Amino acid sequence: MATTIDAPRSPYSRAPRSRGINWEKWGWMYMRASGLVLVVLIFGHLIVNLVLGDGIKAIDFAFVGGKWSNPFWQVWDCLMLWLAMIHGANGMRTLVNDYASHRTTRGILKGALLFSVIVLITLGTLVIFTFDPCPAGAPADLLASFCSAS
Amino acid sequence: MSRTETGTHAPGSLAPTGKRPQGTLYRGREGMWSWVLHRITGIAIFFFLLVHILDTALVRVAPEAYNAVMSTYKNPIMGLGETALVGAIAFHAYNGIRIILIDFWTKGPKYQKVMFYVVIGLWVVTMAGFVPRHLINVFSEVG
Repeated sequence: MATTIDAPRSPYSRAPRSRGINWEKWGWMYMRASGLVLVVLIFGHLIVNLVLGDGIKAIDFAFVGGKWSNPFWQVWDCLMLWLAMIHGANGMRTLVNDYASHRTTRGILKGALLFSVIVLITLGTLVIFTFDPCPAGAPADLLASFCSAS
Repeated sequence: MSRTETGTHAPGSLAPTGKRPQGTLYRGREGMWSWVLHRITGIAIFFFLLVHILDTALVRVAPEAYNAVMSTYKNPIMGLGETALVGAIAFHAYNGIRIILIDFWTKGPKYQKVMFYVVIGLWVVTMAGFVPRHLINVFSEVG
């Protein structure tokens, strides 16, 4: 039976995928797309919170109250939360796949990653959108100045 | 780590120069060290993010609870930690853009070493702007 031998150094080609979504490809695309958006969101976050004004000295409950009474910053922070958690956890998944040699260990670690993503995204989103900048009964000097205006 | 199939070169497209293994961006020198730093900074940022979401969630508990945790962030040791964190974020951001350029820009693989030094340069400029500003804020809180 005749055997065909490829020319030396002819390009390697994978068998074409027959069906299903190529999740690894979309994960790869997600890391790059979310990364670009996160550069803008996180640099903005750091400039507003750590560089402008008094920087970290100014950060307290009243500061957060002032920011999150504005839908712009609620959406900004919520977007940052979702994109960063998924970007970070997917990156950690890559590391687990690279360095954890046992199937069980990988399963446990990736399960822990999935758990932390679901819990923290849920918690963070609820906190951003159910936050009350002027909670009843709190000392007025800890709150944003607009709380005592009414 | 062994040879990485990045899909950025046709096999054999790099002419051998010197003793280093060829055909990969990720073995030895700038290509490998940027990759190592990207992993290390990524891990550090991920664990900070977990803590940061939890500490921010304290605004939903009580103003006093949130302010108590924030006051621990304002001490000088944490201030140095925040400086390291911003350094990690700046490197990860700039090197991430470098990775995107390697993947999508036709000349990216050719200029990956140059781009690594551009990343370092931008990082130095960013930190030169940020570090004095932040440390003055942190240490003026003490004094």
